[in-house]
Amino acid sequence: MSGTYLGMPSFPRAAADSTRDMRLRGNLRHATHTIRAKRAQAVEELGDWAELREAGAALKERTLRHLDHYLEQLEAAVTAAGGVVHWAADADDANRIVTELVRETGESEVVKVKSMATQEIGLNEALAKAGISAYETDLAELIVQLGDDLPSHILVPAIHRNRDQIRDIFRKQMGSWGRAAPEGLSDDPAELAEAARLHLREKFLSAKVGISGANFMVAETGTLVVVESEGNGRMCLTLPETLISVVGIEKLVPTWQDLEVFLQTLPRSSTAERMNPYTSTWTGTTDDDGPSAFHLVLLDNGRTDALADTVGRQALRCIRCSACLNVCPVYERAGGHAYGSPYPGPIGAILTPQLRGVQSDLDASLPYASSLCGACYEVCPVAIDIPEVLVHLRERVVEGGTAVVRGQKTKIKPAKGHAAERALMRAARWAFDHPRAMRAGQRLAARGRRFTPRRLPVTAAGKAWSASRDLPRPAPQSFRDWWRHTRRDGGGSDAPRTGKESAE
Amino acid sequence: MNSRDIVLSRIRRALADVPRDGGPEETHVPRDYWQRHAVRNDAQRIDLLAENLSDYRAVVHRCASTELPVVIGRLLRDRGARRVVAPWAVPDGWLPGDVERVADSAGQSPRDLDAVDSVVTGCAVAVAETGTIVLDAGEDQGRRRISLVPDHHICVVHAPSQVVDSVPQALSRLDPARPQTWISGPSATSDIELDRVEGVHGPRRLDVVISSPGAG
Ligand code: SF4
Repeated sequence: MSGTYLGMPSFPRAAADSTRDMRLRGNLRHATHTIRAKRAQAVEELGDWAELREAGAALKERTLRHLDHYLEQLEAAVTAAGGVVHWAADADDANRIVTELVRETGESEVVKVKSMATQEIGLNEALAKAGISAYETDLAELIVQLGDDLPSHILVPAIHRNRDQIRDIFRKQMGSWGRAAPEGLSDDPAELAEAARLHLREKFLSAKVGISGANFMVAETGTLVVVESEGNGRMCLTLPETLISVVGIEKLVPTWQDLEVFLQTLPRSSTAERMNPYTSTWTGTTDDDGPSAFHLVLLDNGRTDALADTVGRQALRCIRCSACLNVCPVYERAGGHAYGSPYPGPIGAILTPQLRGVQSDLDASLPYASSLCGACYEVCPVAIDIPEVLVHLRERVVEGGTAVVRGQKTKIKPAKGHAAERALMRAARWAFDHPRAMRAGQRLAARGRRFTPRRLPVTAAGKAWSASRDLPRPAPQSFRDWWRHTRRDGGGSDAPRTGKESAE
Repeated sequence: MNSRDIVLSRIRRALADVPRDGGPEETHVPRDYWQRHAVRNDAQRIDLLAENLSDYRAVVHRCASTELPVVIGRLLRDRGARRVVAPWAVPDGWLPGDVERVADSAGQSPRDLDAVDSVVTGCAVAVAETGTIVLDAGEDQGRRRISLVPDHHICVVHAPSQVVDSVPQALSRLDPARPQTWISGPSATSDIELDRVEGVHGPRRLDVVISSPGAG
């Protein structure tokens, strides 16, 4: 696989490829199950998890509903603290701004800390075209970059690589990028980490420009927050003279104190830790401490289109914890690459089609990459009702309708009779041909369910689907009709399931 | 229209369904979560801090404040540290006479710091429930980079005054205008087959010395 998402096959085709890849499946299964078990424990430790989840959802909702207000507040605060704020309407805009900023420094190398926003816009490729090398510095991203590959998981992007593959990639590739791997490097994880430390330290110590994303931006104070494990984030944020942060406009929280919710829920939900090893916060520039120039690039790139959709809007609450990936039976079988964007798993299935519009085959098929089992919603620390959005997007794919695309109200043609229809049918069939995946998802307990779906009895429908293994045929019935019909037949109850907790 | 106007006008159009006059308050935020997860006395809070720090592989030492020079001296000797960076407000008495004290200065390059063996700092606040120490560039903590580049960090926590129960309590003590580093154990990665490996880029050894007032 080459390092681009362009020309990706639609979900079912890519998923079929990766289900055949036994190594990928084994690794993914191990990863998702390990993280899932640990996470449950970390969450249980907090007696007020449900309240934190509720507050987190409401805080994000408030921010989104008043995004213009908070963005202007943020801009003023960052500027007052010595930072420079740039606005980017789309990927090209953002890439042009960042390229210009790097050019102005006269540098041709930058160090980067993992950022999904910069992956989304293809920043590394844009910089490369301008003759600027961008070094990824997260261990996993380094593995992915050296292996000329794509990340497959938000949290552990190199999860599809085994240690012996990593050793081979390091031995073969490190030398051509900088400091070569030590002689006789083994596949011991500690040795591999040490090789990465030595290789990257050279880059950090000489770097003049750092590029990052951010987990949170505080509107009130102009503070940015980066949550990480390895320390490469701290290196990129503090050693260079110039720091450029590319951040999606939805990453805001209203106040400094509001971080108390997310700094509790994110680490536990993500890496299953009480707290991640390092969290950095900075506000503009500080005299003689860290970069003397700070640029914040605020990225739209389809986010305002999602914002315009009153059902789909909630996807923008996402804090990228990846918990929904680890509980998703479809993700576990299909692998991250099948989703064709930096955002895999359930969140990718609702975010990508909204950011890009549901017009390509891939994007049209993504809302079908789910059995609607609801496990993603149960674990989501900001209570995004992913099944609700999936069903909403399916409806749009099948029936067409209006949506906002790049800020313009656009008529979406129904998928019927188009290539997209075949793609989504294949996706649906793929999910239904894997009944084990569906049952596994359904057995995840519906414990502590505080937020019941407002509109759709997802669980009842999911049950009906897996029982009959019927395809949701777009024709002759419309999806909506089919849905109503299924609902009635499925009993139409939206009472929580009483499934028992099980590892599989 | 420039990009700023484009983005802001798209947002305003997208939010046509939201009543504008009430301001952000129109969306209610329930805050029924807890400010801390248990009521603890000083000793219990410090014990929990020590326990959680160790759980994430920081090495915890407890002593009376008068013993700080002895404890720090021993930790530096054990590492064979010769050159030690310390911000100006770290008392001279904390460092043994036979190590070279390197100042935390504006002119220092990252490479200079890479040639230093250890760093000794204080902290702004420590969070018991998560096992976290927070540095906010205060005068005994120095620039962010000094606790990052050297491979060994000794951090002194003054108990009980600097120890809080929870994340909400820590945030309300901290000033967002100051650059902060929240540290919970040495850096780590689980990127290779989910095996946790300590110390990728930050200091691979983190000693936290919890010092209580008085003589030992
Ligand atoms: S959708 Fe929810 S569970 Fe999934 S990554 Fe985002 S915040 Fe986490």
